[in-house]
Amino acid sequence: MILVRIHVTLKKSVLDPQGTAVTRSLHALGYDEVEDVRIGKYLEVKVKTTDKRMAEERVREMCEKLLANTVIETYEIELVEA
Amino acid sequence: MRFAVIVFPGSNCDIDAYKAVEDVLAQDVDYVWHKETDLSQYDCIFLPGGFSYGDYLRCGAMAARSPVMEAVKKEAKAGKLVIGVCNGFQVLTEAGLLPGALRHNQQLKFRCEIVPLTVMNKNTPFTCDYEQDEIIHIPIAHGEGNYYVDEETLAKMKENNQIVFRYAGVNPNGSVENIAGIVNEAGNVLGMMPHPERAVHDWLGSNDGRRLFTSILRTWREKHGA
Repeated sequence: MILVRIHVTLKKSVLDPQGTAVTRSLHALGYDEVEDVRIGKYLEVKVKTTDKRMAEERVREMCEKLLANTVIETYEIELVEA
Repeated sequence: MRFAVIVFPGSNCDIDAYKAVEDVLAQDVDYVWHKETDLSQYDCIFLPGGFSYGDYLRCGAMAARSPVMEAVKKEAKAGKLVIGVCNGFQVLTEAGLLPGALRHNQQLKFRCEIVPLTVMNKNTPFTCDYEQDEIIHIPIAHGEGNYYVDEETLAKMKENNQIVFRYAGVNPNGSVENIAGIVNEAGNVLGMMPHPERAVHDWLGSNDGRRLFTSILRTWREKHGA
């Protein structure tokens, strides 16, 4: 079994309204050093294989097809033996 | 003329769409469950608003990959009329039938009110009964209607006259250039955040949505000599 950790984030060029709201909230708490907050998604996908290369290839495909919207989002994946 | 109203798990404006077709046009209309794979008998396919698959992952993302969407793509390619309202618009962008994507409203607020729109292009199958640049009043109800498209695609869309509706008052969600509704390059697929099916009687607050439906029927009749 291979565990794949996926981080999906909005592209830098795309405004993140949730992140902006959280930035303001942190400023209100006095954390003036906060420059910016971006909010994304963290997904864990367990793949029934021991072949890392295959797992990576398949999960990239899943990201392109469903897990990320590549019009506005980017993704990073990390493989861990589960 | 035959209409299909696609029902996804979580659709909640399907009945409004069905009733609007029935009330305004008195044409045949069916609810079609998202697992169906053949839409060849329909002339117009309506993707209603709601929260398909609970809006999990992203609005419209999972609905866009459900079996019926292959049939929607096929009929859209064949020139049939397809309209997606609110969640239906999100489904159409997720399915790649329309450019761009819809993000959280800039103000992070769910907006539910009647808003003024400008009809930017009356030369579409969905707007021919409106006047060019006419201001109409249609309700919105969404938390993720903030339309995004990259500059290059936007320039192409403008060149091709694909922007059909713009918000005429305050931009309620932060969408690029006040865009409220667009068509595809061929002009037979419309996506819009406002709900025309909720504005078909005066007692609903506006009947400006009626002419969207009459435009569809008129276009179909002209094409088929019916």
